[in-house]
Amino acid sequence: MGRMTLELEGVSRRFGGLEALRGITLRVPEGARRAIIGPNGAGKTTLFNVITGELAPSTGRIRLFGRDVTRLAAHRRAAMGLGRTFQITNLFSRLTVEENVLLALQALSPRKYAMVRPLRRDAALLRRARSLLEPAGLWEKHATEVRALSYGEQRQLEVLLALAGRPRVLLLDEPAAGLSPGERREMARFIKGLDASLTILLIEHDMDVAFEVVETITVLHLGSVVAEGSTEAVRADPAVQEIYLGTVEARGAR
Amino acid sequence: MTPGGWPLGRWRSRTAAAAVLAALAGLPLVAPTYYLHLLTLTFCYGIMAMSLDLLVGYTGLSSLGHAAYFGVAGYTAGVLATRYAIGFWPALTLALAAAVIVAALFGLLAIRATGPYFLIITLALGQIIWGLAYRWVSMTGGDNGLRGIPRPLLGPGLHLAEIRPFYYFALIVTALAAGAMSLLTLSPFGLTLRGVRESESRMRALGYNVWLHKYLAFVIAGAFSGLGGALYAYYNGFVSPADVSLVASANALLMVVLGGSGTLWGSMVGAALLVFLQNLISGITQRWLTILGAILVLSVLYAPQGIVGAARALAARAAPRPESRRAPVPTAEPHP
Repeated sequence: MGRMTLELEGVSRRFGGLEALRGITLRVPEGARRAIIGPNGAGKTTLFNVITGELAPSTGRIRLFGRDVTRLAAHRRAAMGLGRTFQITNLFSRLTVEENVLLALQALSPRKYAMVRPLRRDAALLRRARSLLEPAGLWEKHATEVRALSYGEQRQLEVLLALAGRPRVLLLDEPAAGLSPGERREMARFIKGLDASLTILLIEHDMDVAFEVVETITVLHLGSVVAEGSTEAVRADPAVQEIYLGTVEARGAR
Repeated sequence: MTPGGWPLGRWRSRTAAAAVLAALAGLPLVAPTYYLHLLTLTFCYGIMAMSLDLLVGYTGLSSLGHAAYFGVAGYTAGVLATRYAIGFWPALTLALAAAVIVAALFGLLAIRATGPYFLIITLALGQIIWGLAYRWVSMTGGDNGLRGIPRPLLGPGLHLAEIRPFYYFALIVTALAAGAMSLLTLSPFGLTLRGVRESESRMRALGYNVWLHKYLAFVIAGAFSGLGGALYAYYNGFVSPADVSLVASANALLMVVLGGSGTLWGSMVGAALLVFLQNLISGITQRWLTILGAILVLSVLYAPQGIVGAARALAARAAPRPESRRAPVPTAEPHP
């Protein structure tokens, strides 16, 4: 576990006068399961966007697998093995379920630039799409446009797309958001059952899901890391309790 | 559907395409010359409109300057043929190269912009070409246009001076161009364009260089638009600033929208509609633009997916596909 998969050093991000992230330092070792928690507006999703390259940090450095990626484009980070899901379902809604998965599968292959040979002739790729959809129970709907799926199915597909490229780090942005209690437990079990070598960063409001999946927790508040440690330690941390109870004094504590 | 096979729908659309092609090939035997003239114009504009649909309907880029590449190729072919007496094939090659080069340069400037900004920047770039056509009088003839572009001599004994041979030549070029663009939409690259249309951020997260995909689509669309323009110049024998104007670009966009964006073939239908309406109705009344406006309003109200889009929706409703995979899916989603 010595090798660091992801390292952030003093990462800040400003939106005009708002400092959404303030000097975040984060070290995530290989194979770790880490939750990022914090109240609304703490900067969790901004943190994900900075890690994936969707947003550039205002200051600080980001290293992925030991390589400085601070100025690297989002798609290049994805090619290095960084996968993510989105808090607000972000799928190709007017494409079919199968086409969504095909896009995810061919993303890292040079075949994505092929312009003459029809996609449908690539039997191997179609089989891979099927083998990804079948265990998830979505194969029956492979020809359905994604916008016609139920919300639960869309959240499922959201995770499937991120996994299709076989990432080595997976950032999950509230994968269980909006799901029923039963679906949440299912999602938690599914994430827990993923390959142990996969490093996972999870943003989650539902503590039952978070505690089921992760060993360590980082607590963000107003753009800063206020606590970090094992799930028990963080739960017992008075500062964290104050933030979650919503007392005003907690803001002045740091 | 067998793994790797074509879904039934593809066979149907291929049969339909073959039938249309056969009908168009047989038409000169029965139709008056005037209709062949209108159809040849439809082919030229249709190639441009289809290439614009690659941007608008597939990639989600609404360009309002697509006549620029049509005009650049048309003028290049015209200048080479009239001022330098260069033969058809080399002039056509250079005309296409000019369209590609201009699209490649303009793409560098335009692709980073999105939504309305892309629309405005393509409009401005298109106006540059219009300005050149209008002001570079020594080369383009300015406001008077470029006259006397000779009908092409394809090879020994293959002179396209008459309407019928030119019609067949245009039909072949159009079929090849439409086939190539259709193949592009079915390719892995074609799927990435629709992915870009649906969600750029998801494409990036999956590992796609979204800029490059949009740029390639832009240049390819420019090349095909140029093919339409060169064909037009040789057919019409005359190009003028009106062919590269904002109105020409807006007409191309209108063809795409009327025919049904994202359907590719719809753009050819839209081109036919515009060419025939303009020529047939303007013979009857001065107010053909009013009629066009009314048609546009009705189409937006009652067939927002365009003619081909609406026809497809009707066909789907009338005859549900035999395959169960096309069956309507019960959705548990409570629509807010």
